Amino acid sequence: MQLDTPKPSPYPKSRVQLSFNKLRGKKLESVQPTSLADLRCGQHAVLGDLDVADELRRRLMEMGFFPGSRIDATGCAPGGDPRIYRVDGSEIALRAETAAQIRIRPLAAAAD
Amino acid sequence: MAGNDSCHPVATDSVDASIRAGQHYVALVGPPNAGKTTLFNRLTGLRQKVANFPGVTVEHHVGRARTQQGREVFVIDLPGVYSLDARSEDERVTADVLTGAKTELGRPDSVVIVLDATNLHRHLLLAAPVLALGLPTLVVLNMADDLAARGGSVDTAALAAQLGAPVALVSAAKGDGVEKVMQFLEGSLARPHSTTKRVELPVLQDLPGCRTWAGQIGTKSGYRAPAPPVWTRRLDGIFLHPWLGPLIFVLVVAAVFETIFSGAQPLMDAVEKLIVTSGNSLAPLLPEGLLRGALIDGVWNGVGSVVVFLPQILLLFLFIGVLEDSGYLARAALIADRTMSRVGLQGKAFIPLLSAYACAVPAIMATRTIENTRDRIATILIAPFMTCSARLPVYLLIVAAFIPETAPFAGPIGARTAALLGLYIIGFLAAIVTAQLLRSTILRRERSTFILELPPYRMPSLRSLALRLWDRALIFLKRAGTVILGVLMVLWFLANFPRTNGQPPDPEHSYAGHIGHAAEPAIQPLGFNWKVGVGIVASFAAREAIIGTLGTLYGIENADKDSDKLQEALRADLTPAGAAALLVFFAFAMQCFSTTAIVRRETGGWFWPTVQFSYMTAFAYCSALITHALVSARI
Repeated sequence: MQLDTPKPSPYPKSRVQLSFNKLRGKKLESVQPTSLADLRCGQHAVLGDLDVADELRRRLMEMGFFPGSRIDATGCAPGGDPRIYRVDGSEIALRAETAAQIRIRPLAAAAD
Repeated sequence: MAGNDSCHPVATDSVDASIRAGQHYVALVGPPNAGKTTLFNRLTGLRQKVANFPGVTVEHHVGRARTQQGREVFVIDLPGVYSLDARSEDERVTADVLTGAKTELGRPDSVVIVLDATNLHRHLLLAAPVLALGLPTLVVLNMADDLAARGGSVDTAALAAQLGAPVALVSAAKGDGVEKVMQFLEGSLARPHSTTKRVELPVLQDLPGCRTWAGQIGTKSGYRAPAPPVWTRRLDGIFLHPWLGPLIFVLVVAAVFETIFSGAQPLMDAVEKLIVTSGNSLAPLLPEGLLRGALIDGVWNGVGSVVVFLPQILLLFLFIGVLEDSGYLARAALIADRTMSRVGLQGKAFIPLLSAYACAVPAIMATRTIENTRDRIATILIAPFMTCSARLPVYLLIVAAFIPETAPFAGPIGARTAALLGLYIIGFLAAIVTAQLLRSTILRRERSTFILELPPYRMPSLRSLALRLWDRALIFLKRAGTVILGVLMVLWFLANFPRTNGQPPDPEHSYAGHIGHAAEPAIQPLGFNWKVGVGIVASFAAREAIIGTLGTLYGIENADKDSDKLQEALRADLTPAGAAALLVFFAFAMQCFSTTAIVRRETGGWFWPTVQFSYMTAFAYCSALITHALVSARI
């Protein structure tokens, strides 16, 4: 089944939304990706919040992961995990479990 | 992977005021992968050495650069860091050196910050805290050739005006622009005068604020970011291809193995021959007696038994150097991560574990590329289970003594080959079991993470490879000449004293023999007699020392792994069950003084080496006990 227009979610972008997307799985292509793990190879988005521990957040920022930056999914390791992202001029590999904790917005919605 | 040297030495000089010798003192700082070490090598060449500050494990290369006017400048190459936040030890040491909190040297007279010009915005994040220190600073934008080739550009004069510090566009790998760094070292590079209003330095704790600052600086200095590297994309398409990638990975690993085992053999034989013949020709020069015995048997042959491994270790480092400098190593870690994460490790542990097949010491030093402490400790703890090259001669001797050359195993594979392969496999399995055990016990609370920057592929430079090997060789020889030498002298003393009428005792009544007898109750259940016990005691200094020791105990001269007499003596003294138990014991036991020493240094205390030593010895003892019981029951 395919939805024609994605309805705005009544919930804020939260874990409820995340598990909801997970439940409905890959069939709902049109549901907007909410975490970096949903981003497919070749797609791009704008980074949102980094829902990770402080230590890891600082480290990600040092690697160029700032909320508001453009991020491109450029590839992955054989087997699909870890994935490779291009952000702020460098290519960084992350495991899917870390990528799932990083929120994203579609590029069109970016204010800058 | 860190762009600077991933492995650090055992024996180093300590940093104190004398090392600086009153010269102008410059600190080199920069993020990983910015080519800082390449620039350092350009500046100092061979006039460099490794040093560490007392009380910390972080080491630096220090060296002297000679400027065109003949002025000598003292240069320190700090570890690659992304910030001066002092969260990791590398960052703490870097911050301490730059602020002069390390009183040994005082504040540096000036700072050279090395940034990657192709990634200016992100690398400027480090420039903010460094410039805030207020020291005379040169901003080096490295990889100028890459920037130009990929269509990027920057106005260095505008950037200098914005930063309030001189800027040099450099290609350290090609040597372009290095003269500007030399001019700065001479003090003849003027600070830029800002005509436009500068962007104020941001609040350093606010990383997003720093990034905004970096973006503004980039815009005002006309920075055009280069296009993504096309060749890197193409090569990644091959090296990370769903099935071609893993295939190339396996081929690369196989090539490394083939080279360090088969390829190194002729070189190792040549070194061994050189040591034995030179020892024999030196012997008549010394008066007969204690001195000759101590110098030739104790020192010369002892150190020789370690130096023999030099060709193998250098070949391993040559391989790792080529893989790291070319950028493939980061891809290998990426490919390995999925498999390694299943056992609670991560992809960056792959290189240390591969190195451990040659020697656990460089392997444990190579774990420094793993920033996650939990993952690093786990890797350090399991690395000595990998079958290092010091185990191989012991395996070969015992296997040759107890398994006939023609004994079949399955099809074309002989029983000897199968036994050797089996020993490699049980070592690997023990490592996996231990990693799983660690994940569910002492390392359970911390999480494993994996963040890896994939640098663009680059052609490795012969110059930096040669410097790296030279560095390795010096450090290895220094180690052989200090720690190992001391231990071997003690062993020689134990085997040759107490003297009666100036004659060495027969082995049974030497101090070593007494130790062997004392250990007998413990090793009897494993099927070992006191002679094997002495061999095991000796092997705790270095595994292969058991061969020479057994040779001495059985009164066989020039015993080596091919010695028929030694094989015969072993067959007479050990049951097949005892031999199997001995092999298993060697596969698992932590019999390596150097490894324990390096684990203590790298983990900063005795806790982890004690845990590791106790665990591995207990593991080895129990496994040997079970093996002995099983094999005895079957025969």
